[in-house]
Amino acid sequence: MEKDSSYLSKADEFIQMFKKGEEFTKELLKENEKLRYKIVELEGLIEKSADNARTKLYEDRIKLFEDELSLLKKKFREVEEENKDFASKYLEVEQENNNLANLYVASYQLHSTLDFPEVLRIVLEIVINLIGAEKFAIMLIDEKANELVSVAAEGVDITTAPKVQVGSGTSGRVAQKGESYFAENLTDLDEDNPFEPIVCIPLKIKEHVIGVISIYKLLTQKAGFTNVDYELFNLLAGQAATAIFSSKLYTQSERKLTTIQSFLDLLKEKPKKQENR
Amino acid sequence: MPNVLVVEDSPTMRQLISFAIKRIPNCRVVEATDGVDALKKLSSDKIDLILADINMPVMDGLKLVSLVRGNPAFKDIPVIMVTTEGAEEDRKRAIAIGANAYLPKPIQTQELLKLVTSYLSGQSK
Repeated sequence: MEKDSSYLSKADEFIQMFKKGEEFTKELLKENEKLRYKIVELEGLIEKSADNARTKLYEDRIKLFEDELSLLKKKFREVEEENKDFASKYLEVEQENNNLANLYVASYQLHSTLDFPEVLRIVLEIVINLIGAEKFAIMLIDEKANELVSVAAEGVDITTAPKVQVGSGTSGRVAQKGESYFAENLTDLDEDNPFEPIVCIPLKIKEHVIGVISIYKLLTQKAGFTNVDYELFNLLAGQAATAIFSSKLYTQSERKLTTIQSFLDLLKEKPKKQENR
Repeated sequence: MPNVLVVEDSPTMRQLISFAIKRIPNCRVVEATDGVDALKKLSSDKIDLILADINMPVMDGLKLVSLVRGNPAFKDIPVIMVTTEGAEEDRKRAIAIGANAYLPKPIQTQELLKLVTSYLSGQSK
């Protein structure tokens, strides 16, 4: 009996212990559940903070890239501007180079001969082909009569070209002052006065004017003059003046030499004839 | 080495064009004073491009173009007319006869070189 009651109390104790164990286990499970929840919560928080940090990092990087991009864009624009500048400078240099080449050939041709008519022909060719004139005349000053006389022309009859007194009319004033004349409207011609120049350039050797080139009409396709044309025109006029002047002097001296030679020959002939008599 | 035939009666203009074309690398210039002289040069030299004036003595540029187009040996050579005749009808006439391009004077060297280079490289055929 005593044994039985002892078993019973032990069983009770065991049951009590078991129950306590059960309660403890339940508490542990609850605690475990709470902890799991907290872990999940913390993980969420960690993830959120990591996302924020990443976002911040990305934002910083984007800002950096944007700054870099705008810097590159700015540099690109600068380089582009520089390129445009170089391209236009290259074109200018190329244009200048071409003009110098043209001027070189023209000068070479002008000074390649001392024959006056040949020089005049070369000047005509240059004015037609390089300047683009259709009707024009080369007029030289006759020092004795103080008037401009046409010595060569293109597109106009040289025999009908009037002589112009130095100082009167457009050509005469250009010859007197030595300053180039360009009409405001190069295509608007004076039908009543075909010999009224739209352009008149003095032929000058230093400050001494020997004549003018009077242009009455430009070629149809030549609407006007560019800055380069004006430069070329003046440079060519200077070269043409020297060539015309020197060839004229040379031709005159040649003529004089021939006359003197003929005179000398005649003088030599006379005594011989007298001796023969 | 491409050969360009420059047909021009004015020595100054001939020199100017030749001087400009010689600046194209490896380009050789053959000069002729008129159409008849040009035909002789076409027979003696291998020509790749012709640059011809219209108003010339002995034989003008238009006659030269028609003879070139009528000759099987030369008919494919491109011809550029370089002339003071700037009217549209002159250009049309030259193109109708067989000219490939028309360049009115006064010539712009850059324009001339661009045109010559494009024909020599075969881009404008």
